[in-house]
Amino acid sequence: MNNIDKRELARAIGSDTARATTWGLLATVALIGGIFIGSRGLRDFDPALVSYAGATLFAAFGLAYRFSMWLRRPPTRLYWYRGWQIFTTPGRLGKNVAHLFQIFISNFVFQRFIERRSHMRWTAHWFLAWGCLLAGAITFPLSFGWIHFETERTSQEIYRAFLFGIPVGQFPIHSIMAELAFNALDIAAVMVLIGVFTALWRRGRDHGAMAVQQFADDLMPLILLFAICVTGLFLTASTHLMHGLHYTFLSQLHAITVIVTLVYLPFGKFFHIFQRPAQLGVDFYKQAGKEGEQAVCIRCGTEYASRMQMDDLKQVQAALHIHYQLVNGSHYQDVCPKCRRKNLALTQDNMWKALQVKGEGF
Amino acid sequence: MIKEDFFIDYSRCIGCEACVQACGECDTHRGVSMIHLETIERRDSVQTAPQICMHCEDPICAQVCPADAIKKTPDGVVQSSLKPRCIGCSNCVMSCPFGVPKYQIDIDQMMKCDMCYDRTSVGKKPMCATVCPSGALTFTTMQEIQRTRQGVPVNEWKFGAEVVHTKVYVMVPPEVTHVDIGLIQIQTTAAALPSDPYDVALMLEN
Repeated sequence: MNNIDKRELARAIGSDTARATTWGLLATVALIGGIFIGSRGLRDFDPALVSYAGATLFAAFGLAYRFSMWLRRPPTRLYWYRGWQIFTTPGRLGKNVAHLFQIFISNFVFQRFIERRSHMRWTAHWFLAWGCLLAGAITFPLSFGWIHFETERTSQEIYRAFLFGIPVGQFPIHSIMAELAFNALDIAAVMVLIGVFTALWRRGRDHGAMAVQQFADDLMPLILLFAICVTGLFLTASTHLMHGLHYTFLSQLHAITVIVTLVYLPFGKFFHIFQRPAQLGVDFYKQAGKEGEQAVCIRCGTEYASRMQMDDLKQVQAALHIHYQLVNGSHYQDVCPKCRRKNLALTQDNMWKALQVKGEGF
Repeated sequence: MIKEDFFIDYSRCIGCEACVQACGECDTHRGVSMIHLETIERRDSVQTAPQICMHCEDPICAQVCPADAIKKTPDGVVQSSLKPRCIGCSNCVMSCPFGVPKYQIDIDQMMKCDMCYDRTSVGKKPMCATVCPSGALTFTTMQEIQRTRQGVPVNEWKFGAEVVHTKVYVMVPPEVTHVDIGLIQIQTTAAALPSDPYDVALMLEN
């Protein structure tokens, strides 16, 4: 790499970092604003949960920072742009929204694409995902002061729920609803533990998974989730079975596990939760590609991909300084993968033939 | 551990498909064969050629991946796409200079040869090289390949102006230092030929 390239690279990295930092700060400020407004000027904010809210602010900064850096990669940026462009195309929008709903149900709610990989993987992932989502749907609004509970002023037997300070419902404290509300996090913990144990079972027996798995990427997230669930369930056990024994210590221990996980959120495997929805955009991209003009291989003359994708790839390759232009003026991207493979063997053939022509053959 | 490398010699392939069958036994992609076995010009020749992943030093498949889903191990093996990240866009399939990655439509994910990482990471040979009877696919030491072959192994390729270095070597005539890929046109293309429902060669080609 020459000096000019190095300077360009340093400038690009500097500008990407500044942009990502700005997005990170914006996300943090937006969340602070959301907490302030949603908790009615901190009136509903529970100071006991401030450490959770603080860790979430850090996670928000990290997630926005990493997301921005991810979007700066030329292929990601182009797919992001194309995905939105195709999705919002006038005349297709209605159809696209309906299709989006369909793939949301299939890919997100039921996670069918994971089921097709393996039933055990799907079981683990479904319980992990929905257990975490249920827990997140409760703890984030609680720690932000967006939801809170109070007993009815006239009756200690009635519990009232508030969302952004607005009463949204009430229930007797000895009702099924109350049991569900008070134990929702325990239910979530059990769901996550089912997922954790299934995942560990698979990772401990599947030779393929064992060969490629890495501690930091594949096992650490499971350990963190296990720690959160177990310490959370200890709190319930302490309250109901042990007359509050060591409750303060256990609650601090639980807080530490949650905070560590929130801080880890933008950097490790959990980032895929925010990255994965990009798949929805690719679905529209593929559909538009199928309906559009097809690229024809310059070697065998058969259609092998969408013209749009090949043209986009050439742009991406140019941005990445990948130079596929051939000496005869054609472009290697216009050769289908099958012909590329055949061409490799023929090239080797030609080398030996050239040697024979020179009379040096074996 | 003795350092062994992968050597590919297309000209030795006899098309027995042992590699194709053995590849499916690999634990990291059980039941799914990742190797390509191409018939070169079925009508005129019995020539076949295997293609495994060449494990580029700076893999183009990883560079063009929008999801950043393709990673290389510290020992230089380019892995299949990470399952949580791969969005099934096929950018890697279309950009790989060697035409290696396969898009698995049923699971909406890219998979590829990972040099039998369950085996090579513990000092065993990859499945395909273990069963190849002709030495088209060989996993051995550099000294052994130099001692037993007439050609020399190289791992530098040029695709137009793009220079690619790979972990896997290809056998070429002596004094050749790199493989310069020019487009070798075929005499007869499937698309150009008149359709013939009884053309077995064409059926096999497809």
